[in-house]
Amino acid sequence: MSDVRNLIIVGSGPAGYTAAVYAARANLKPLVIEGAQSGGALMTTTDVENFPGFPDGILGPDLMDNMRKQAERFGAEFITDDATRVELGGDVKRVWIGETEYLGDAVILSTGSAWRPLGVPGEQELLGHGVSSCATCDGFFFRDQHIVVVGGGDSAMEEATFLTKFAETVTIIHRRDEFRASKIMQERALQNPKIKVEWDTVVTKVLGDGKVEGVAVRNVKTGEERTLDVTGLFVAIGHDPRSELFRDQVTADPDGYVQVEAPSSRTNLPGVFAAGDLVDHTYRQAVTAAGTGCVAALDAERYLASLH
Amino acid sequence: MALNPTTDASFATDVLQSDLPVVVDFWAEWCAPCKKIDPLLEEISKEMAGKLKIVSLDIDHNPNTVREQGVLSAPTLKVFKNGEPVAEIVGAKPKSVLVEKFEAALR
Repeated sequence: MSDVRNLIIVGSGPAGYTAAVYAARANLKPLVIEGAQSGGALMTTTDVENFPGFPDGILGPDLMDNMRKQAERFGAEFITDDATRVELGGDVKRVWIGETEYLGDAVILSTGSAWRPLGVPGEQELLGHGVSSCATCDGFFFRDQHIVVVGGGDSAMEEATFLTKFAETVTIIHRRDEFRASKIMQERALQNPKIKVEWDTVVTKVLGDGKVEGVAVRNVKTGEERTLDVTGLFVAIGHDPRSELFRDQVTADPDGYVQVEAPSSRTNLPGVFAAGDLVDHTYRQAVTAAGTGCVAALDAERYLASLH
Repeated sequence: MALNPTTDASFATDVLQSDLPVVVDFWAEWCAPCKKIDPLLEEISKEMAGKLKIVSLDIDHNPNTVREQGVLSAPTLKVFKNGEPVAEIVGAKPKSVLVEKFEAALR
C-alpha cells in the first residue's frame, strides 16, 4: 500500500490549480491528478479578457501554465492523466489511475465540465473531420471555407469571432431568436461582416462521408428544412459537469453538478470537497472557479487540522 | 521540442516506407492540447522503442501532407503500418488510452 498523502486534487483548471497553490503554500504537498486534458476549458480559449489583474488580457493556456507553475513552486506534484476510479467514503480516500492507487486524507474534486455534443446523426462519425469542439484547435484547417458555429452563449460568440480569422463566412446557428451571450461578445460577433446568423434554427444532421460536406437544418418556427453547404461545424452549445466518476458517492443535482454546503466547498462526504465548474451551473467563470478552488483548499486544510 | 520532426519532403521515407509502424503526431505551435501530449508521446516513444516510432509533423509548415492525410483537427495522431493508416486518435487523450490504441494498432 502506498503512503497516505494529505490531499489529492482530482482535476485542474483554475479551480484545481488555485486549490493546489493554496494547499502547497500551506505545506500540504498536494498531489494533483490534472487529467490528460489538463488545464481544463481555458486551454482551448484564446484571450481571457476578464481575469482581474491582466489589463491587456492573457491567453487561456498561458493563464493555466502560470497557475500550474505557481503551485509547483510551492511543492505541488502533478500527474497528467485521468483518474479512473475513486472510493471517497472511508477515512482514507482512494483514487486510481488504471492499476495505480493513490491514498489521501482529503480530496478536492475539480474535474470541471465536458463539451456537450449536439447528439445528431453524423456528428460523432465526423468529429475531428469537420465537426469540432475546439475553434482554437481546428480553425486553421478551414481557411477560406464556409463554416457554421452552433450555440448562442459567450463561447459560441467567441468561437465565431475567432473563426473569422480563417473562414470565408461563419454562420451562427441558434435555436432561439436571441442570444444569451453577454452584450459585448454579441456585439463583437454581430458587427463582424463575415458573420451571419440563422435564428430559430437547429441542426438535424451532419452530412458527409469521411469529411463534412454540409449540415441539414430546420427552422423551428416555420418548419422549413434546408441544407447548408459548409465544410466545418463548430459545436458550442455548452458543457456538462464531469462527475460520472463519483456520482454514485458524492451527492449531485439531477444535472450532475456536485452539491456543496455553500459558501463552503464541503460535499456530503467528510474530507471530500468540490470546486469550480463541477459545482457551478450559474457563473462558470475562470475567476469564480479560482475562488472556489481557494475555498476548497482552505476547507481541506481546516479538515486535515481537525484530524491530527 | 517536437519529437523526430518529419516534413512534406521526408514523409514518404520517414513514414510510408518505414519498416516499423509509425505514429505521426500532427501538431502546431498554436495548439495548446498538442503541447499537453508532447511529454506523453516522448515517454511512450521510449517505452515502445523497437516496436514503433513516433514522428511529428508541424501542420503550419507541411500543408501537402496535412491535406493528403485529411487532417482537420489538432492534435491528430495517425498510426501507419506498411504505409497505410490503420488507426487515428483526434484530440488530447490520457497516456493509457494512447498506449492501448497504439498496441491495438500493432496487432
